[in-house]
Amino acid sequence: MNEVIVALAIGVLTASGTWLLLRPRTYQVVIGLSLLSYAVNLFIVAMGRLRVNAAPIVEAGRGVDPAALADPLPQALVLTAIVISFAMTSLLLVVLLAARGLTGTDHVDGQEDDA
Amino acid sequence: MTSWADHLAIVPVVLPLATGALLLLVDEQRHALKGLISLTSSTLLLAASIGLVQSVDAAGTQVYRLGAWPAPFGIVLVADRLSAVMVLLAAILGTAGMTFALARWHRAGPRFHVLLQYLLVGLNGAFLTGDVFNLFVFFELLLAASYALALHGSGTRRVRASLHYIIINLAASLLFLIGASLLYAVAGTLNMADLAQRASAIAAADRALFEAGAALLGVAFLVKAAMWPLCFWLPGTYAAAAAPVAATFAILSKVGVYAVLRTSLLLSGEDTSASAGFAAAALVYGGLATLTFGVIGVLASQHLTHVAGFSLLVSAGTLLAAIGAGHSAVTAAALYYLVVSTLGVSALYLLIELVERSREPGADVLAVTAEAFGDADQPEPEEEVGIAIPAATAILGVSFAACALVLAGLPPLPGFLAKFSLLSALLAEDTIAASDWAMMLLLTLSGLAATIAMGRAGVRIFWAPHEPIVARVRLIEIAPVALLLALCISLTLQAGTAMRYFHDAAQALHAPRGYIEEVMRPR
Repeated sequence: MNEVIVALAIGVLTASGTWLLLRPRTYQVVIGLSLLSYAVNLFIVAMGRLRVNAAPIVEAGRGVDPAALADPLPQALVLTAIVISFAMTSLLLVVLLAARGLTGTDHVDGQEDDA
Repeated sequence: MTSWADHLAIVPVVLPLATGALLLLVDEQRHALKGLISLTSSTLLLAASIGLVQSVDAAGTQVYRLGAWPAPFGIVLVADRLSAVMVLLAAILGTAGMTFALARWHRAGPRFHVLLQYLLVGLNGAFLTGDVFNLFVFFELLLAASYALALHGSGTRRVRASLHYIIINLAASLLFLIGASLLYAVAGTLNMADLAQRASAIAAADRALFEAGAALLGVAFLVKAAMWPLCFWLPGTYAAAAAPVAATFAILSKVGVYAVLRTSLLLSGEDTSASAGFAAAALVYGGLATLTFGVIGVLASQHLTHVAGFSLLVSAGTLLAAIGAGHSAVTAAALYYLVVSTLGVSALYLLIELVERSREPGADVLAVTAEAFGDADQPEPEEEVGIAIPAATAILGVSFAACALVLAGLPPLPGFLAKFSLLSALLAEDTIAASDWAMMLLLTLSGLAATIAMGRAGVRIFWAPHEPIVARVRLIEIAPVALLLALCISLTLQAGTAMRYFHDAAQALHAPRGYIEEVMRPR
């Protein structure tokens, strides 16, 4: 059941993120990238196999049984990925504001479509 | 791990990192001091890179285990011939761009030197790392620095181009993460050597997942390497960037090429796995499409910076197609071509700015459109005997011609040797496939296109009958161009040594067993 929920969550986030990424407004693109990065972060955790009630660190006195432990590596990876995507999103927001100020529009091409 | 030489492999990462941190402490207004620190660090970096190339060439692959943890658990830096030469190339371009910027560009915006140092950290780390996830981290580091550098000097055009550049690369980074985590899910490791080892033992049921992960990684790399149809961001962004920045960026797309070369040969190399060469066809046809697109772009460009940008695409296409061909002789020629074309394009970006400064704005647009409409209304230049050519213009002209020769692959400069060795390596294969013929044809055509485009621009710039404006060029600006071109010339003179080095590098790449054993060897 857990697997289905996680898979659905990743799927919905990816689909919404991709749709937003292809929209013409910079704000939509930023939100789309954020949603996509949430999906990717969930995906990385899932790739370390989903485990409930398993710690990623060896506790004193409980012995070293790999079967009772969650894989710590994807958790470390996802931490790095979160930090990096957070930093990149804030950097993108700055550029977005600069673009809005300089071009006078929030279209990703810096000019409106001739519609 | 006792002598200093053992730590050489980490110097290219640590030195710019420390310099960047130090530069942050220096007040923004003290340009001379910042320039001095940056210049010192770059010189040291150059020396360290040359040392690394020499020691790797003499003693073979060096593995640097951070914290002395054994390989699959700890993080490793691996310096082999390919990594070492890429680090050296990055140091050369970084130094050239930085020196050029000292004339005035580094005052055009805040923290130019810091960003350049961090760009070098990312580049060197990406070239040296032996771990897929660290490759991601260093990619992000170099991209973050490159976003800010692309914006250096600000202005509407740069902001608009950078917005596209940042969004595309962020999306590609997400693909990178998906690919890396898929590889981890299937193989249980992210160490490249360990991955290569385990790749052959993956169960048939999981193989599709493994290949999907590798393919996603490949797409992320190819966005950086600018393979058609993932390349439309490149000419615009680089044309908008400041000249010294664009010159340093000439190596950014080569990071993607490097990553493709490294991972494709490790993960699907002939003797390691059942997935042998599963992406080769995609690389060959993608490379050829890039090459075609680049050739058309070079011919159609209205502006010299776009000629340089499309030349980068031509070079990326050639390299990708050559990597896809999958023979060690072709790879060796491709590596020589990589170094030469990167130096040539970098010099061209620097030169363009010097040239543009000395002539009327918009003259290059005329270069293309005037031909279409005919030159009828132009007055005949008066006969003059013994025109005095100003020295600066003469130097610029000679440098421009040299750049054109390198890019077009005409003798005597090394562009010719690079293309010639590519062609001869392709012809030496046992069976010459249709794609090989297509590549040979396109290679020749790309030379012709570069000759036409550069010739057209050169005639308009240096021989046009308009009122000559005497170019003002400072020594510190022409020196990096001269240095880059001198390196090209020395690559011709020392072609034997260079080709021997690249042959060894390519052979080691095509027989990854040595790399894997060196990394995995317990200490």
